[in-house]
Amino acid sequence: MTTTIVHAGELVEDSWTLIEDGRTAIEAGGGKIIVTLARWQAERESLLATHAAVGVLVPNTADIEATHADIADRPLIALQFPTFADGRALSQAVVLRKRLGYRGELRAVGDVIRDLVFWLGRCGFDSIVPRKDQSPKACQEALRELTVAYQAAADEHTPVWMRRRTRAAALN
Amino acid sequence: MYRYDDTDRALVTQRVEQFRDQTRRYLAGELTEDEFRHLRLRNGLYQQRHAPMLRISVPYGLLGSAQLRKMAHVVRKYDKGYGHFTTRQNIQLNWPKLEQVPDLLGELAEVQLHGIQACGNDTRNITADYLAGVAADEHIDPRPYCELLRQFITLHPEFYWLPRKFKFAFTGAAVDRAASRTNDTAVHLVRRADGAIGYRFYVGGGLGRQPLLAQEMNSFVPESDLLRYATAILRTFNRFGRRDNIHKARIKIVLREWGIERFRAALEEEYAKIKASAEGEELLLLPEDIERMREFFTAPDYASAAEAGADIAAVAARDEGFAAWIKRNVRAHKIAGYRVVFVSLKAPDRVAGDCTAEQFEALADICDAYSFGEVRSTYDQNLVLADVAERDLYEVWRRLDAVELATPNIGLVTDIVSCPGLDFCSLANASSIGVTHDIYRRFDTLDAQYEIGAIRITISGCMNGCGHHSVGHIGILGVDKHGEEWYQVTLGGSPGNDAAIGERIGRALARDEIAAGVERLIHTYLDLRCDEDETFIECYRRVGMEPFKVRLYENEAEAAAA
Repeated sequence: MTTTIVHAGELVEDSWTLIEDGRTAIEAGGGKIIVTLARWQAERESLLATHAAVGVLVPNTADIEATHADIADRPLIALQFPTFADGRALSQAVVLRKRLGYRGELRAVGDVIRDLVFWLGRCGFDSIVPRKDQSPKACQEALRELTVAYQAAADEHTPVWMRRRTRAAALN
Repeated sequence: MYRYDDTDRALVTQRVEQFRDQTRRYLAGELTEDEFRHLRLRNGLYQQRHAPMLRISVPYGLLGSAQLRKMAHVVRKYDKGYGHFTTRQNIQLNWPKLEQVPDLLGELAEVQLHGIQACGNDTRNITADYLAGVAADEHIDPRPYCELLRQFITLHPEFYWLPRKFKFAFTGAAVDRAASRTNDTAVHLVRRADGAIGYRFYVGGGLGRQPLLAQEMNSFVPESDLLRYATAILRTFNRFGRRDNIHKARIKIVLREWGIERFRAALEEEYAKIKASAEGEELLLLPEDIERMREFFTAPDYASAAEAGADIAAVAARDEGFAAWIKRNVRAHKIAGYRVVFVSLKAPDRVAGDCTAEQFEALADICDAYSFGEVRSTYDQNLVLADVAERDLYEVWRRLDAVELATPNIGLVTDIVSCPGLDFCSLANASSIGVTHDIYRRFDTLDAQYEIGAIRITISGCMNGCGHHSVGHIGILGVDKHGEEWYQVTLGGSPGNDAAIGERIGRALARDEIAAGVERLIHTYLDLRCDEDETFIECYRRVGMEPFKVRLYENEAEAAAA
């Protein structure tokens, strides 16, 4: 059974399989898998030998900078939302994107409801796995729920104070 | 005051539509109670005892006449004809209907008002010195910085789902009129010896269950780094604030558990990393950014001292009511010929902080005619007309008095700070409005109030402490004991430069004892003070708790001895 997710603003069928700890990774058929950070750190070589691609699921309590050396080259990093109102992974995402320069796929998993999606997009998540009962289409649309913002973020916005500088310069 | 541009307008307008859709989905059963709770709180909507409560943000306490007129309109159309000013300078409506709230917010958006982040686990409305720009003791006007930070924290993508609420307060004056250190972060504008402007940051304050005062983290952050340092604080909080226990989720708990040195080290490390990164470049404020914002808060077009001035004493000699009002409700202004006028929201038999539609309208007219079209809300739940010419004082008094806004009691015993308590709030354990009235009645002659002098009585109906009982000279906390209302008394608290958390005096008093108890405490002070110049708090600090305690419980001691 495939899952529809939002990736780079489009609805797509998910090509990754999340492998919970305790399950044999090879079950996923040697394709693209996501494993926990602990497992990745313990089984890095064997996972790479048996799978086309390995992504890492990082707990939202992890120090993302301390972890960075281990995960910087991963094609996908998944960050967790135990509840939609727990915003720790938003800070992890911003630090990954803006400070550490991570350019791979950044995925939000867990209690992801459409009303969280706008904030996810702005913090640099380009891969959103909606909670089972959520409409992927509604989540996709929620990325553009508001079209204005004051701050710069990991999206196209420049901060309002910079835009006003430009405007003032144009008037002079 | 600040005037919205296209960005600000688009943001509040789109926000109303976003909330309209969320409300629709909730009413259609598409959002759970818990999901909608988080969303409505971030639009100012709280579930109260009788109805939803809508908290409207008043950025740093500044309101224009168009906003006052709109308030008059919305309290008539959507509520029961009045609003309530809080200790955080905001306005609360107690009776809106959920399904009408999107329309209400839409009307507020027309005049730059909103409920964005007025409640919920996010960065709340910024509070500030209500005399910003007019106080003689001010070195830097904090309002441009408040507005820069207000915009930065509004719908901030990273800091929208924090562990708990987060409050900023600003001051740029010698006297702290913003109770700044009771906030999660206090920002004091400072000027260094070389003339450079910067910020002294305090972190970790908060009232409620464990009242603590914010501690100094950095004595001089340069003016350009307001958003950088705020980001460092908020990111540290978002990462490390506890999410396992709502009562331990404020930043003050991180600070207490880590200790100040470890906390400061973590904060400074994050600040250093921000400065060194591309993010730091983005967050850097240029002088022109600050200058552009400062232009919204320039001094109004004051008349000359000769034109604006008047012989107030001569008028006061002819009118006792005016004289009393001048004495208590009118203060000095930095410009000769002008005065600061306090508007008392503490009239007899009124609820502290309440303002009716008629009063909102009268205030709009009065401030348009006599105070450059603006009023400010204060930390003490009163209002201020900040720029009144002396020649207009009599007329202003007459017009305020006509709508019961001229009770001459600012800073006196009947100027009681109080939350709405059990009568409205679903969190409250005990009533505060009734207690306020009982205390008020015991001291309602002006002579008695003048005799007692400056005193701060504060009442909260529960631990959450919205009435700031922890920082009252006499603080009263309503508690529930086996279904009965009791009142715990603290003494010696203060929110200002001499900020202190009050100490508990002893066992709680019953509902029918509390007003008499407060009276005994005040008589103790009157008996013990050195002279009329020694205030209640000064006297308490000199003599200590004991004589107050003995007097408060004297009846019990007698009963036990008999």
